[in-house]
Amino acid sequence: MEPDMVKIFPLGDSALTLDLGGEISDTLNEKAIALSNYLDSHPFPGFIESVPAYSSITVYYDLVTVRHYFPDLMSAFEAVKHIIENGLPAVKIPRSKKARTIEIPVKFDREAGPDLEFVAQQSGLDTMEVVRIFTGSTYRVFMLGFIPGFSYLGQVDERIATPRHDSPRLSVPKGSVGIAGKQTGIYSLESPGGWQIIGQTDTELFSPNNKKPCLLSPGDHVRFVSA
Amino acid sequence: MNIVVQKPGIHTTVQDLGRFGYQKLGINPGGVMDPVAARLVNILLGNRDSDAVLEMHYPAPRYLFGEDAICAIGGADFVPAVDGSEIDNWRAFAVSKGNVLSFGIKLAGNRAYLAVSGGLDIEDWLGSASTNIIAQAGGIFGRALRANDEIELRSTSKLNLPVSSGKISHSLIPNYSSHPTVRVIAGAEFDCLSNQGLKTFLKNEFTVSMDSNRMGFRLIGKPINLSAPREIISSAVSVGTIQLLPDGQLIVLMADHQTTGGYPRIAHVISYDLPLVAQLGTNDKMTFQVVDTKEAEDLALQFEKNLSFLRAACRFQTNS
Repeated sequence: MEPDMVKIFPLGDSALTLDLGGEISDTLNEKAIALSNYLDSHPFPGFIESVPAYSSITVYYDLVTVRHYFPDLMSAFEAVKHIIENGLPAVKIPRSKKARTIEIPVKFDREAGPDLEFVAQQSGLDTMEVVRIFTGSTYRVFMLGFIPGFSYLGQVDERIATPRHDSPRLSVPKGSVGIAGKQTGIYSLESPGGWQIIGQTDTELFSPNNKKPCLLSPGDHVRFVSA
Repeated sequence: MNIVVQKPGIHTTVQDLGRFGYQKLGINPGGVMDPVAARLVNILLGNRDSDAVLEMHYPAPRYLFGEDAICAIGGADFVPAVDGSEIDNWRAFAVSKGNVLSFGIKLAGNRAYLAVSGGLDIEDWLGSASTNIIAQAGGIFGRALRANDEIELRSTSKLNLPVSSGKISHSLIPNYSSHPTVRVIAGAEFDCLSNQGLKTFLKNEFTVSMDSNRMGFRLIGKPINLSAPREIISSAVSVGTIQLLPDGQLIVLMADHQTTGGYPRIAHVISYDLPLVAQLGTNDKMTFQVVDTKEAEDLALQFEKNLSFLRAACRFQTNS
């Protein structure tokens, strides 16, 4: 991985973020995930965890341990920055065809998808066409965030990309499949939310008692199928 | 042996120092809002810093002890009392089977911590006892305490030991205030503030709004502007991250923050000053002062050294 485009800045005194370039792309996201996986398998003393996002990765560390192990560097931030910059060339981007593809059955109708009609109107299409376009793509899990197991998937076909509601709903049912611009996502739990809800799945995205509590991981591929 | 919750109080939860390693799955670290208070009361009892404690707000709970125990309370001062006799914060005290621990008035601060010698016996979820309300996991059934809940205690093994009579030194207790100056490190978008925005951020007071909770504190103040609108791609955030909302107001992310965010990151509260923010309540005010990363780290490092002295002293007392 080339270090030249990378911007590194402190996220407080116990974390730093590497910005790999300000755009949403598969390439940058693959880099972020690869670097995160690399750090998880090659932890430095004081490493706590790493979080890949669309085009960045954040590394959390225990500054006391870092300072203890790297007393020659001026600060824990400088030390971690140094470690990561030195590690970057060793990070290999896996070939994306290795990604898992997970199929998620979704019910698309007026009850399961209260905004399906609205998305169709905005797009100038009928709802069947919206569903056909939506289920016609394979989506990438760019990152998880917001609530446990909520995955940000992309990218939604331009023809049906619809901005989120001006003011969020107080409660969106668990399993709701939503669109926000070119992003799509599944509400892993009931929560407030502003995305356009076009369907609903029975698939459990978040199972707190499983050893692996979330079905999806960053980098996975998802296909929605009409249930 | 256990503690029975007679009155649950407002949003009393089991917390420890947090759940790490799962933020990439959207599961936030959670944990105590004021880690220094929780660590101090644990250390005082010879517990591990990371042992689970009860985080309490006001009105505070009332507990009936089903067994003898040694406890300590720190953080906010809600005037605790055992069977009606007032006890001090920051000092270990003995409770006998059948005693009731209750709280009086809200004297200072907003979050008090109860630690019990030997620790609370809470089943870990993903490596932590902390309650995650949205996931409905961790702590006691993944929720705030209710009346008649029973909290198991780990062991009585330490009860034969004398209660260390010392009170934690003032120098170790955070300099709590209802109008603190909070030190921050510049965030990624700090340089994007307009001149006026920068001045507002550094010179004005910000009031904690009613709309504040364990997820974050919304602040009310003179609106702050960026020099130009910024489009930010969502990325991970941290406890203490100060985001600028589209209406020019600030939010400080706290223990139960979402793992990712897309608002401009103006600044980050330094670890050393997080307890000062954690103890604020509605209508309290804060001002900000920018320091560099090195200064923030040095403060944390020095504090860690002081804690290790306290830990050694408390071990010496509980073992002698």
